[in-house]
Amino acid sequence: MRTPSLRYRIFRIGNLVFLTLLTLTMILPFINVLAQSLSSSEAIMGGEVSFWPVAFTWINYEYVFGDASFWRAFAVSVGVTLLGTLVNLAATASLAYPVSRPEYKGRSVIVMFVLVTVVFSAPLIPNFILMKELHLVNNPLVLIVPGAINAFNFFVMRSFFAQLPGELIDAARIDGCGEFGIIWRIVIPLSKPAMASLGIFYAVGHWNAYSTALYYLNDPAWWPIQVTLKKLFESDDISVDPGSAVYSTLAHTSPEGIKMATIIIATLPIIIIYPFLQRHFVKGIMVGSVKS
Amino acid sequence: MHRSSGFGARIGDARRYLWRYRILYLLSVPGILYFFLFKYVPLFGSVIAFQNYNIFKGITGSDWVGLEHFQKMFSHYDFLRILNNTLLLGLYDLVIAFPVPIILAILLNEVRQIMFKRTLQTIVYMPHFLSWVVISGIFMGIFSMDAGVVNKALEFLGFQPIYFLGEDSYIRSILIGSGIWRDSGYGTIIFLAAIAGINPDLYEAAEVDGAGRLKQIWSITLPSLLPTIMILLLLHIGKFLDLGFERVFVFLNPLNLESGEILDTYIYKAGLLSQQYSYTTAIGLFKSVVGLALIVIGNFISKKTTGESLY
Repeated sequence: MRTPSLRYRIFRIGNLVFLTLLTLTMILPFINVLAQSLSSSEAIMGGEVSFWPVAFTWINYEYVFGDASFWRAFAVSVGVTLLGTLVNLAATASLAYPVSRPEYKGRSVIVMFVLVTVVFSAPLIPNFILMKELHLVNNPLVLIVPGAINAFNFFVMRSFFAQLPGELIDAARIDGCGEFGIIWRIVIPLSKPAMASLGIFYAVGHWNAYSTALYYLNDPAWWPIQVTLKKLFESDDISVDPGSAVYSTLAHTSPEGIKMATIIIATLPIIIIYPFLQRHFVKGIMVGSVKS
Repeated sequence: MHRSSGFGARIGDARRYLWRYRILYLLSVPGILYFFLFKYVPLFGSVIAFQNYNIFKGITGSDWVGLEHFQKMFSHYDFLRILNNTLLLGLYDLVIAFPVPIILAILLNEVRQIMFKRTLQTIVYMPHFLSWVVISGIFMGIFSMDAGVVNKALEFLGFQPIYFLGEDSYIRSILIGSGIWRDSGYGTIIFLAAIAGINPDLYEAAEVDGAGRLKQIWSITLPSLLPTIMILLLLHIGKFLDLGFERVFVFLNPLNLESGEILDTYIYKAGLLSQQYSYTTAIGLFKSVVGLALIVIGNFISKKTTGESLY
């Protein structure tokens, strides 16, 4: 069977063609959005733009950059992402590290305690009532505190800490090193890669977060970028067929190009960190899948 | 006498132990409190499904009404329509979207050109990291009536342009399609890892027996993936009514609400916006109970048939 059969060779060529087409369906829409964002609105509305800008212009970006509410939302998202990710890592590690150590009696109880929250999650309204009680409604902290620890990430981090060489920690203890000394000198230096990869995951989550802000923040001053973007889409709800009844009720306020430019800007941070992300996530998922 | 001293000694031991590792235990307190406050407290708060919850009286002061809200649910025309939407979408998601990553992983595995394969992987993982809001914007762009690439292609081929996002009949296809577009590439990771873990001797043995490459996929790769497939299928079944609020909400508009609305978006609309607190909590509980029941039943069937189980 050294030479592949004719059938298999046909399959392989067909497979390559198919996968190429499929991959194009994933990248071309994005290129289309990019091309539209760099085209004049006449060209866009005339349906002339496919994958290359027509009547190239920066006007859409200039408009978005000149919009104070956009900058405000962008700043909120940047702030929440940075601060939120730090809180995530600190909170997750502070529970995952002790529960990963064999000296911590009652480990399995805590693991069950967390696992239950994965299986049973409360409906929206009880959560809303709790947020109200905690004065987190209309408070930007709602974007950071309630999601401080993600159960899945907790398990990933715990299994990472569990792999740390126990002998090293025991030796440090015998040498009279305190618990904080161990954490500071051994655990933190060794867990930088793991922290980086989970941190990136947490950060992407914060950047893309939408529903939490929609549920709990009514004040536009604290809207993150995704909420502002959604409002922008709604302001000129989908291009309605001029013949239909709803057409008159939906005002055309924002040209297509501005939406597209905003999409690109809102996605840029993800694109920028994606290469770093890719290096980490295959490993992260592996650890997770082994655990589950 | 003897026993009590032993017991006392044990208490003393435990205390000494706790004191010795006090830092570890203290460190874990905030995290434990976090899970209790943000995950368990709302779970207890779900009892408002059995009350007429009044925001001023609170949980302790509101009147108990038993299963009234659950009865109301099933006599409510709106609810039945939305449950039907949710079930249909869940079914489509299971039958159409679930197998895609498996097939895709097998096909990717057959690509011999390493650089080309890497490029494909890099691109297909990408959409998973875009937010649903951004994805809905991209879809609105390519499917729009006058400027969309898709309608332009249709026109070019001699078809009438289709108003994809404003017609009720297309919303389910768009929801399932966008789900596949976003997650099928990322979903291949776990299957590719499982394929990489298959013992190469199996393939060699099959080769010696005269099985071609396609035959090998059928009789070695697929059976080897079965455990992974079963586990993921069970997890997926548990989320049958839980499509996710965001992925649906971002595509909804007054024109496609009829077929597009699901339990999660209805709970948001009727619960948070129209303040039917107890009623929508009952719906949320119903959703959780069904999900749990499906996991238990699925696990039982899987255990009996394939030997794979979650617990």
